[in-house]
Amino acid sequence: MDLFQYDFMLRALVGALIIGLAAPALGIYLVQRRLALIGDGLGHVALTGVGAGLLLNRSPVLVAVIAATLGAVVIELVRAYGRTSGDLALALLFYGGIAGGVMLVGLSDASSGSLNAYLFGSLTTTSRTDLITIGVLGVVLLVTMLVLRPALFAVCHDEEYARVSGLPVRALNLLIAVGTAVTVTIAMRAVGVLLISALMVVPVAAAQQVTRGFRSTMTAAMALGLFAAGAGVWVAATADTAPGASVVLVAIGSFLLVALAAAGVRALRRRARADRVTPPSEPAEHEVLLR
Amino acid sequence: MTPPVIEIAHATVGYDGRPVLRDVSLTVTASEVVAVLGANGSGKSTLVRAALGLVPVGAGSVALFGTPQRRFRQWHRIGYVPQRLGAGSGVPATVREVVASGRLARRGVLRPAGRADREAVEAALDAVGLADRAGDPVSTLSGGQQQRTLIARALAGEPELLVLDEPTAGVDAASQEAFAGALRTFRDGGGTVLLVAHELGPLRPLISRAVVVHQGGIAHDGAVPEPAGHHADPDHEHVHPHCDEEPARLWTGI
Repeated sequence: MDLFQYDFMLRALVGALIIGLAAPALGIYLVQRRLALIGDGLGHVALTGVGAGLLLNRSPVLVAVIAATLGAVVIELVRAYGRTSGDLALALLFYGGIAGGVMLVGLSDASSGSLNAYLFGSLTTTSRTDLITIGVLGVVLLVTMLVLRPALFAVCHDEEYARVSGLPVRALNLLIAVGTAVTVTIAMRAVGVLLISALMVVPVAAAQQVTRGFRSTMTAAMALGLFAAGAGVWVAATADTAPGASVVLVAIGSFLLVALAAAGVRALRRRARADRVTPPSEPAEHEVLLR
Repeated sequence: MTPPVIEIAHATVGYDGRPVLRDVSLTVTASEVVAVLGANGSGKSTLVRAALGLVPVGAGSVALFGTPQRRFRQWHRIGYVPQRLGAGSGVPATVREVVASGRLARRGVLRPAGRADREAVEAALDAVGLADRAGDPVSTLSGGQQQRTLIARALAGEPELLVLDEPTAGVDAASQEAFAGALRTFRDGGGTVLLVAHELGPLRPLISRAVVVHQGGIAHDGAVPEPAGHHADPDHEHVHPHCDEEPARLWTGI
């Protein structure tokens, strides 16, 4: 693999691996909450941050973190206090986010290429500073999600029970919201705002085809995320494809494989059980007739 | 003198400004087993949810273990068993994982689970007869077994007060018996119980006092009322829906 002797490829690989590991660790809580697409929406909001950053000549990633965090907090407040209009409020936020982003990027001096880089990812242009940002935020995110797993599990599993347990439910919910925003922004470099949700959700969806518990699902999803990121970058490097899309397609491919394998195993098990249950019986009537 | 475990005084509780309960008072003292009875929609679940702070109380006051409910922080003293498992379970979770979350009130958010926590979880699984299903995903359990998982979760925190919201609604007979057994052990250990029920079934001999909620008020507070009419028949299958006009005397035994 000669390609990885280039610094930029190595940086791309390391960045992708960190994101591949961290994104499902956060995404599992979103899937448990049935909010799998929230990351997608926050990606849209982050785009406005990118546009503002480009326009103001500030670091787009930094401004995007701020914008996505604000968006996440607003969504969490709508979720916690809103009633029927929650759905609509989210739609307004998402489409407002992407429209704002496209407009602000257009107003800035940046080329349309840079808009594409944020929409679909641009892993190979990861700079040393970017890698440090991804590394620090990724590790903080991972440690938080692992250390607080029992509490976050309880809140996502049964929020009322968590409240009666005296858990700081609002703080934990905000933590998940802010964690989602951070994941979205660091993953933006790798897969782009339009594909972020895939890295948070697809490994979890694949893992839960074969797992029985929450902890095992989380471990398996992180392993799958790591694999998809590594294999995706390798495919991109050897076949010269877009890294973001390659990572996501590898993840979806693994989901299909795991789902098919799990369905096959289930069918085999059912047949084995049916064989065991059926007593060795006399030939059935029609067989006698056939003779 | 120790303060009452739950003290609700002249509480008015409602959703969106429409009162469900008006001027309701209820006191539960230590070691009592109190059943809150009433027809569907009478507000009996709202009463216990208000006691726990899950529904805001408009007028009046609620105190838990002598502390006003708003300032109450010793949540490890309370074990709550909701009607059913919340809908937020998109990811599989084992029975043991669900039961283990009952320890959080006692050990806090940051401290990792220790040996005492693990032992309490195993003991709670044993108490409801689910030790052999501990590693199975809760979604593969029957309704009654899921309900037992929830009581095990509450027991795992080793609470002093158990609050149960219709624990036996739609639960098979075997699970109801397991449930009654777990509750008896809890009561014999000095625990206090407040439970909402539509039908008492095998729980009846455990109940020390009954409160009947009717049309947003408390219609009866005292001995467990004898079921009247065809409800008294032990073979009576309770499957028909209760309408709003159901007479109060069904429970008050007049």
